Amino acid sequence: MSTLNIAIIFPFIAAIVIPFLYNKIRKLHIGWFAMLVSFVLFIYFARYVPRIANGETFANTINWIPSYGINFTAYLDGLSLILALLITGVGTLVILYSIFYLSSKESLGRFYTYLLFFMGAMLGVVLSDNIMVLYVFWELTSISSFLLIAFWYQRKRSRDGAKKSLLITVSGGFGMLIGFIMLYIMTGTWSIREIISMAGSFTDHALFIPAMLLLLLGAFTKSAQFPFHIWLPDAMEAPTPVSAYLHSATMVKAGIYLVARFTPIFGGESIWFWLVTGVGLLTLFWGSFSAVRQTDLKAMLAYSTVSQLGMIMSMFGIGSAALHFGNSTVSVVYTQATFAALFHLVNHSTFKGALFMVVGIVDHEVGTRDLRRLGGLVTLMPITFTIAMIGSFSMAGLPPFNGFLSKEMFFTAVLTIGEAGIFSLDTWGTLLPVIAWVASIFTFVYSMIIVFQTFFGPYKEERLEHPAHEPPVGMLIAPGILALLVIGIFFFPNVLGDYILTPAMMGIFPSLPAADLSVPISAWHGFRSMELWMTIGVIIFGFALYKTRKKWAFVYKLFPEKWSFNSFYSYSLEKLEEHSTTITNSYMTGYLRDYMVYIYLFFIVAIGGTIIYTGVYAFDISGNSSVSEFEWILVLVMIIAGISVLFAKSRLTAILLNSILGYGVATFFVIFRAPDLALTQIIVETVTTVLFLVAYYFLPEWKKEDVPRKSRNVNLIISISVGIVFTVIALTVQSGKLFESISGYFENSYELAGGKNIVNSILGDFRAFDTMLEVVVLLIAGIGVYSIIKLKAKKEDESVEDQ
Amino acid sequence: MEIIILILAGVLFATAIYNLLQKQLFRIIIGTVLLSHGAHLFILTMGKLKRGQPPVLTDGVTDYSDPLPQALILTSIVISFGITALLLVLAYRTTQENKTDNMEELRGNSNE
Repeated sequence: MSTLNIAIIFPFIAAIVIPFLYNKIRKLHIGWFAMLVSFVLFIYFARYVPRIANGETFANTINWIPSYGINFTAYLDGLSLILALLITGVGTLVILYSIFYLSSKESLGRFYTYLLFFMGAMLGVVLSDNIMVLYVFWELTSISSFLLIAFWYQRKRSRDGAKKSLLITVSGGFGMLIGFIMLYIMTGTWSIREIISMAGSFTDHALFIPAMLLLLLGAFTKSAQFPFHIWLPDAMEAPTPVSAYLHSATMVKAGIYLVARFTPIFGGESIWFWLVTGVGLLTLFWGSFSAVRQTDLKAMLAYSTVSQLGMIMSMFGIGSAALHFGNSTVSVVYTQATFAALFHLVNHSTFKGALFMVVGIVDHEVGTRDLRRLGGLVTLMPITFTIAMIGSFSMAGLPPFNGFLSKEMFFTAVLTIGEAGIFSLDTWGTLLPVIAWVASIFTFVYSMIIVFQTFFGPYKEERLEHPAHEPPVGMLIAPGILALLVIGIFFFPNVLGDYILTPAMMGIFPSLPAADLSVPISAWHGFRSMELWMTIGVIIFGFALYKTRKKWAFVYKLFPEKWSFNSFYSYSLEKLEEHSTTITNSYMTGYLRDYMVYIYLFFIVAIGGTIIYTGVYAFDISGNSSVSEFEWILVLVMIIAGISVLFAKSRLTAILLNSILGYGVATFFVIFRAPDLALTQIIVETVTTVLFLVAYYFLPEWKKEDVPRKSRNVNLIISISVGIVFTVIALTVQSGKLFESISGYFENSYELAGGKNIVNSILGDFRAFDTMLEVVVLLIAGIGVYSIIKLKAKKEDESVEDQ
Repeated sequence: MEIIILILAGVLFATAIYNLLQKQLFRIIIGTVLLSHGAHLFILTMGKLKRGQPPVLTDGVTDYSDPLPQALILTSIVISFGITALLLVLAYRTTQENKTDNMEELRGNSNE
């Protein structure tokens, strides 16, 4: 079954081929090739439907990093299949639409490369069994989404939107990676299937809750859940096919897929239930509430996507409650929420894809998607209107469209969970249906705005860039097919349910009996059902709110713009940059002295601190040799000379004092029986003094240093402290000899090296490498001296130094 | 003896670092030279100043002073000499090009 792995790789290969084809074949639109790729994949996945419906699953492994257990394992079950069919199916339609949408002047090669790149990454996310591989594909979707949002990179808003989405989704993804690693630590395997088979055995682990939270962070950022939803409206700067594909049908569902996939592991926990359900409902409400105020059609659809994603998310949360009851029959009631979530996942992809395409058509044909300039298009664009109406009414939850079925099931779910009596639901349970219901009313309002504001009312031709007319047929095919699906699913929901959704349920609830997981979908619940009255209420209140929306629009003004999450995001980015610049500038002063101060301060604190902290200080004079009067005098002279350097008024004095020190050191070498050292020191000191005197001639006279008293004191304290720390270390080391020196070996120098001078034997025989490289140092220094003096970059040649 | 030498080395270090923290290039170079003096004394002392004979094999002598630190210092002296020479020339060139030897004025341009 290695074809599964090939199916994931296939779009990537096609993406590589596209630029070459694009350059070779200029006549044919390159999109047809991309569409073929997508369509072939769709057929390939569709062929799995019967076998998956029988409960089979497919897996194949290709070794990637076997030593770490990270292998490219493709795994296809019902849940993956839904997403795979959506990705390839909607992908095919979107590419077909984009062929007519994008003019041939655009850099199409780039567009379809990114798009196929995305498609492959997305297939990788839903088909990966290994969570590390899943993470790789997850980030690839973020990157390809970034590239696609900034497709018109000349526009600032596109770049900003792309940056924002990348920052948010990648930070979430990074959190998710840490969560995955925690999962690995708990279970010892990267494979999702194996982790699921161990589910329940590690719920007491200390990392269980952090792993869950981090995983949800990844899922929430990707699926634009509250408060990470802010990137999605800005991602609308992408070309409309991209918005339709990535930001409504596929990529934003990656987070939902993740939640569904990990429900068997984390579901049944109270935190998981409340986070997923709560954040989902909050997103549902906030998205639909914010959508109503938008004037741009795509922004409205973006918020509506946010809202619908929240609805799906909350249903997955409610469904997870089933796992709390274990394998009993009680739990089956709650699994219906998950079924509804899967159902709505499919429904949302159909109607939202269609709506985005419709908005694209309107934008393409009249040159604007601003609601204040649109109106009265119904007679001019009847087909577009029909599709828009089907999509919007389905979104609002009206019959006879598929959104009606899933909304009813959603109401059923929130009503059932309200009575569950677990997770302290008895106190908060009643709130869930209320929020869901209010949010649905707002959903109804903006769905109506999309239809009626755009297509009814006065036709304002003077405000439009082009007079309105129907688009080319090719552009209508894809949204048309989606609209037909919207209606088709309403009339034959159980075909979808039995063949696609039920197998997916088995993947989410592997422990429950398969026969109980199939839920018959019916449009009619009878007059006694609460769901029906809730829907009727939504229609009545929604209609009233739609009619009076100008009167209550002041509600949106209650919260100033600066309180929004968008402002918070840009504010924190701005401040982050500002503060980091301030901090960097505050210590990177450009003065050598300051950097020296940091280095010595670190030395004093780290080394001195270690000595004090560990208490290793030792002071032992027992092994010391005696001191003669002459040596006392010499040491005294040197200390005085050293200190006098600091007070020298002229450079000449300093040079002389320095040479006193040098010759003093040479005298010590004599006293301590080091003839070679004394010789070298005397010669080197002489030459150094000569060099100093030469430099003295060329360097400017010493000025009186006008150092402020404060920094002079700092200098003094630092230098004295370094001296003390150094002496303390030296004394400590001196007092604690652990073993004898190896120097006895070198006393055999005559037998081993034929030399009587031991030091010279060491330099020339035992450790001659040092000497060789030391010679190299001198050579390099000589070359350096020569070139620094001789070579000068000429001014005429635009010398580097002057730039 | 060792204590006195190590205190001397400490004083040399302190003066060296005070010089390194100054502004004029010439003072900084003198600081580096003082630093190397201190370091050499330190290495020598670490080998125990046991007052043996010079490490040249002579008949009838067994207590030589430790030859290994001496070899190390010899290498170090030569290297620090090379560095000092290079630093001096560098200071010379810097002063010629920039007409100043003050480290505060030797910062990069603000637009860099």
